[in-house]
Formats: sequence, structure tokens, C-alpha cells
Amino acid sequence: MKFILDAEQRLFGETLDKILTEADTPSVIRGWAAGVHEPGLALWRSLAETGVLALAVPESAGGAGPLPVELVTAFHELGRHAVPGPYAETVAVATLLDRLGDELERGSEWLEGIAEGRVVASLALPTLPALPAPAQASAPYALDADAADLVLLVDGDALRAAAAGEVRASLDPARRLPSVVAGDVLAAGPSVAAAARVACDMGVLATAAQLVGVGRRLLEVSVDYAKARQQFGRPIGEFQAVKHHLADALVGLEYARPLVHGAAVSYGSPDFGRDVSAAKVAASEAAYAAAKIALQVHGAIGYTDEYDPSLWIRKARALHSAWGSPAAHRARVISSLAGA
Amino acid sequence: MDLDLSSVEPFRAEVREWLRTHVPAAPLPSLEIEEGFAAHRAWERELYGARLSVVSWPEEYGGRAATPLEWLVFEEEYYAAGAPGRVSQNGINLLAPTLFQHGTPEQLARVLPSMASGEVIWAQAWSEPGAGSDLASLRATATRVDGGWLLNGQKTWSSRAAFADWGFGPFRSDPEAQRHRGLTYLMFPLDAEGITRRPIGRIDGKPAFAELFFDDVFVPDRDVIGEPGAGWKVAMSTTGNERGLTLRSPGRFLAAADRLLDLWRERADPGDTALRDRVADAWIKARAYQLKGYETVSRTDDIGAESSINKIFWSELDVALHETALDLLGPDGELEGDWLEGYVFSLAGPIYAGTNEIQRNVIAERVLGLPRAGR
Ligand SMILES: Cc1cc2nc3c(=O)[nH]c(=O)nc-3n(C[C@H](O)[C@H](O)[C@H](O)COP(=O)(O)OP(=O)(O)OC[C@H]3O[C@@H](n4cnc5c(N)ncnc54)[C@H](O)[C@@H]3O)c2cc1C
Repeated sequence: MKFILDAEQRLFGETLDKILTEADTPSVIRGWAAGVHEPGLALWRSLAETGVLALAVPESAGGAGPLPVELVTAFHELGRHAVPGPYAETVAVATLLDRLGDELERGSEWLEGIAEGRVVASLALPTLPALPAPAQASAPYALDADAADLVLLVDGDALRAAAAGEVRASLDPARRLPSVVAGDVLAAGPSVAAAARVACDMGVLATAAQLVGVGRRLLEVSVDYAKARQQFGRPIGEFQAVKHHLADALVGLEYARPLVHGAAVSYGSPDFGRDVSAAKVAASEAAYAAAKIALQVHGAIGYTDEYDPSLWIRKARALHSAWGSPAAHRARVISSLAGA
Repeated sequence: MDLDLSSVEPFRAEVREWLRTHVPAAPLPSLEIEEGFAAHRAWERELYGARLSVVSWPEEYGGRAATPLEWLVFEEEYYAAGAPGRVSQNGINLLAPTLFQHGTPEQLARVLPSMASGEVIWAQAWSEPGAGSDLASLRATATRVDGGWLLNGQKTWSSRAAFADWGFGPFRSDPEAQRHRGLTYLMFPLDAEGITRRPIGRIDGKPAFAELFFDDVFVPDRDVIGEPGAGWKVAMSTTGNERGLTLRSPGRFLAAADRLLDLWRERADPGDTALRDRVADAWIKARAYQLKGYETVSRTDDIGAESSINKIFWSELDVALHETALDLLGPDGELEGDWLEGYVFSLAGPIYAGTNEIQRNVIAERVLGLPRAGR
């Protein structure tokens, strides 16, 4: 047993970190928020070159996956750099297409396009198929569908083509939320429902990893700020109230990471869904707590649109409830344990 | 990265089978009272007989040189089987690691086997009335005399010292030296001439800890651990263990979370989603601690001050988990029983082994690198 990233996986994360640092993501985010998609799509293509978009696509369809551990490693960095775009949605679509296989006429063509970074995909899940009925949250939007080449809608047992409707704004400016206009039925029946459940779990897993990355970055910038910002003639990081906030943020994040990794490792096992939900609960709570602490530690500057860390603060809250709220995932954990 | 535990399955199976046939059917009386202490000591002897009392130690001292992963698995099985609390815990978890690092071969050979068998049960004597979190302000003294040292002063909050056999702790051996300097780490029999023990009732009245008064207590040189004067460094080699995984292992919380789930199934109003969420959180956090343990034993670097992260996590989880159980029990929550005993015990977790405020200071300064407060 070795429950830590191996050297190659670590290197993959470091490579992404380097690319994303150079990409100056805050300016990409601000463009994306204003509907200027090209810099974000260029970043999408360069990430595809490193293999990020191939991780959920099986080798038979031109991908490298499924590689869930590499996937969470990549999404951790996507979160750390707050990269805009429907990455988790594209992972979910890839899983869906893979599971449905030949049932979809253009499935393999799309999968290949996703792996190569040519097809940006999004997905609307008006109900989250993996979660217990009363708890599931509804999201009648498809993230960034206005920038996507392929938009799908899971409508009960039916998979439909869809188009982007009116864009709604999110708290996170990088998340553009068009409503969807339903199109033709592409496939229907129990296989769609089954595929949608796994696809949903992959989206949740990717989002959980992203949340931990968002929280990490917020902690990093807050620690730096606490060392630099002077009040009362000393760095604010000397004050114990500030120290304890930051220590708490670390504790939460340190215990979310193993759950995310554990869920990735359990891909394909009967516990995958339960583990993914546990990871999402911990990651949502830890990242959101880190965001509130980051805001408090920064004071007024953190509350401004202009100051880059506020992009991460807003993303943490948006992702906290995206792909199922913590309450919905707790319900899932309990229902999967209650039978055990 | 993997979670492939197949290599430890034979060990797990052996431990599980032994526990299945040996764990007392009815819980032993509380180990915080005299009768329970004796019953738990007898249980230690039984564990030792199966070479299961100190699995991670070398064979020559009664262990089986289990790997850290095997140790985690042992703990999972131990608590899942509902086996008794470990009356030897402070010796095994707090003194033995210090001895392995700083003890002489003679000390190891003399102290460890009887610790492993429960024949000698050890009490930690660090805290003093004036020295709690600020341990370096301790004032009990060790004065050089021919062939050894004379101890004077007072220690307090020493767990189970009313019934234990030997104690260990730091004493000020250089009266001129300040704070962390001039301390010496010593072991002494609790029935030595000149020691007075006074049991202290904990919050539920059980005599869980004791005050110790030292009046010219002679300790021979062979009972000094490490170099005289280097007591701070020697003591600190204990705290890393204490704050890491060993003192309260993940297995303990996994088992408690499973029992909480049982209670939830028996007692819960399914519509009470607030309680349901707390049960889910207890399970999720216990699982997180289990995985963190697997992560920790997979690492090759020293976790150092990161052990403080674990201390905060398990102690807060323990309180939350037991509070949830009492809330599930409703009006029965105040009645004597296992959950209440566990709850009372959990309340001390954020205080002992370095308070959680101190741990947060450590994390902020030594893990996150924030500046120390100006003194
Ligand atoms: C059940 C139990 C068993 C114990 N067993 C043993 C044992 O076997 N052997 C032994 O030696 N001791 C034992 N102790 C004692 C334990 O180690 C001390 O209680 C602990 O170190 C705290 O010291 P104190 O109680 O004097 O509290 P204090 O140090 O007086 O602290 C009081 C409060 O002030 C806070 N505080 C103090 N300093 C700071 C600071 N710098 N920054 C922020 N907050 C601060 C603390 O966090 C705490 O909240 C035990 C305690 C308990 C409750």
C-alpha cells in the first residue's frame, strides 16, 4: 500500500502548476467573465496537450483513462489556479459518452474530440442522478454552455442534445450559467440513467478536488498576506486570533485531501459513490471555511472585485453547492451506510 | 497511489480471530477506578501473552516488529472488536518512544518487557500546578547527590497515578538555568519513599488522575533518561508521538462512528436531518482520519509539527461524535453508560496532550511559518 501520489503523479501536478502560473489565470478569468472566451479556450487547448482532458476518456477512444488519481491531481491544480471553464462538466460528459458507447451515433467522435481538447462539453443535470431523491439539488443550467461545442441534458432516462439559452450570472464571475434549451433525444432507457449516475459521481469527484485546490490557494495567499500586512507596528500574522483562523483552515484542508484521494482510488468499487460524496462534503466545508477565513484575514481588500483572491473566495462558495450541496451528499453517505 | 491492503490481510485475520475469542463479553469496569484498573491490567497480560500488547515493538521486548501499517490495522481490529481501553497507554505511547530514542540498552531491557505485560503501569508526571501549557516553567527539582538525584516539589494531573506503579517526567536539575534549559528526565517508582499520592476526582468523580508530592525522593543515576540537563529535548521526543496517530488511533474513531451509526438506526427519527448530518459528519471524519493515517504511514519524511493537525482533528471529532450520541439518546443521554463514559472522556481531549490552542499556535508558527509573537 502506498497512499500518496507517486513521483510521476506529483510531477504532473507540478507541471500543471507551472503552466497555469504562467497563464496568469486572473486575467483569463476576468475575460471569461465578460464573455471573452478565447484566452480561456487557448488555455483549455494547452491543458489538453498535457493530457488533462484525456484523463476521463478511455484509451479505446483516444484518451488515457480513466485515471481518477491523475484526474484529482489535475483538478486540484485547476482549483488552485481558479481556471475558468466547464472542466468538471466535460469530465462528466466523457464518462457518460464512454458508458453509453455505441448507443450514441457520434459518441466516439465526441470522445476523441474531448481527449484532444477540440470539444469543450457541458452538461445540464436538472436532478443529480447519483443522489437520494429528496436531497438532490437541481441545477437547470449547463455551465459555460455558451462556450461549449457539445451541450447535453440528462432528462430522467433520456439523454438529449441541448443548446445554451439565456446566461445567468453566478457569484463566481468565472461561472457563466446559461439555461438549456432541450433538443433531440440521443438515447433513452435505463442505460442512460446508469451512465448518468457514474458521470455525476465523476463530476462530483473532480469538483471536490478542485475545491481543495481553491482552499489551498486561499490559505497560501492568506498566510503570505498575514506575514506582510502590518498593523499596530507588527505583521498581523503575529496576532493569535489570526493564527488560529489560519491553523483551522489548514486542519480542514489536510483532512479533505485524503478523502478526495480515497474516493479516486475507490473508482470502480461499490463504495465509489459513498466515497465521492464523503469527499465532496469535506472539500466543500474545508474550502468554504478557508474562503471565509481568507476574507476575514484580508480585511476590506479581500472584499473587492479587483483584488485577485476574491475570485477564489467567490468560487469556493459557488462550488460549495455545485454538484450537490454538502447536505445532499451527507444524505447520500448515510443512505449508503444505513444498509451496510 | 493505492489502498491495497492485501499484504496485511493475514495479520488482520489473525488479530481479528484472537480478539473474537478473547475480548471479554461484558465491558470491564471503568479503568479510571481501582477495580477497573486491576481488571484492565489483567487484560494487558492476556494481550501480551498473544504478543498483541505492543505489536510495533521489536520482538525482544514483547512485540512483533509490526510495520506502521500493520499497527494501524491492529488498532482498527482492536476497537472494532470492542476490546478494553488500554491502561498501559501512557507508558506505551509516551514513555516507550522516548526510551527507544534516548534510553540505554539496560533501560530498554529493564523497562520495556514489564511495560508490555502490564506488570508495571506507567504514569506521566509532567504537569505542575504552575506549569501546564507552559511546561518549561516547571519548578519541581532534581538535586545532584552521590549516585543519583533527590526529587522535590509537586506534579499534578497525572493520569491513573493513584493506581500506577512508576512515573516519568522532567525536573529542574539546574536551579540557575531558565525555562527549557537545565531540565532532567527521570523515572521513579510511585511507591518510593518520600512520594505522597493524592487522587483527584475528574469531572464525574472517578479518581482518573492524581497529584504527586515529592519530598527528598532518591532516584539512582540509572533512572535518568538521556543526558542530565537535556530533559527538554528528551521530553519533546514524546510529544510528536503523542500528537500524531499513536495516542488516539484512527481505529478508535472508526469503531465509535460505526457504533454511532447503529445508534442512529435504532433511535433516529428519520426526519431529523440535522442529527442525520451530524452522524454523517462523524463517519466522514473518522474515515478521513483513517485515510490520513494511511497517508502518514506511506510518507518517508518526518511529519514533525504536522502532528498537531492530527491532535486537533481527533480530539474535536471525539467530542462531536459523543455529543451526537447523547443527542440521539435524548433524555437517556445523561444516564450512566458507555456513551456517557466516552463523552466525559472526550471532553478532556482538547485539553490534554497539549491544549488545542497550543496546537494551533504550533501549526501557525511551525507549519505555516507565521511570525512568533513578540515577547
Ligand atoms: C484528563 C486529563 C488527563 C491528563 N493527564 C496528564 C498526565 O497523565 N500527565 C500530565 O503531566 N498531565 C496530564 N494532564 C494535564 C494536561 O497536560 C494539562 O491540563 C495541559 O497541558 C494544560 O495545562 P493546564 O491544565 O494547566 O491549563 P493552562 O495551561 O492553564 O491553560 C488554560 C487555558 O489557557 C489556554 N492557554 C494557555 N497558554 C496559551 C497560549 N500560549 N496561547 C493560547 N492559549 C493558551 C489553554 O489552551 C487553556 O485553554 C491531563 C489533563 C487532563 C484533562
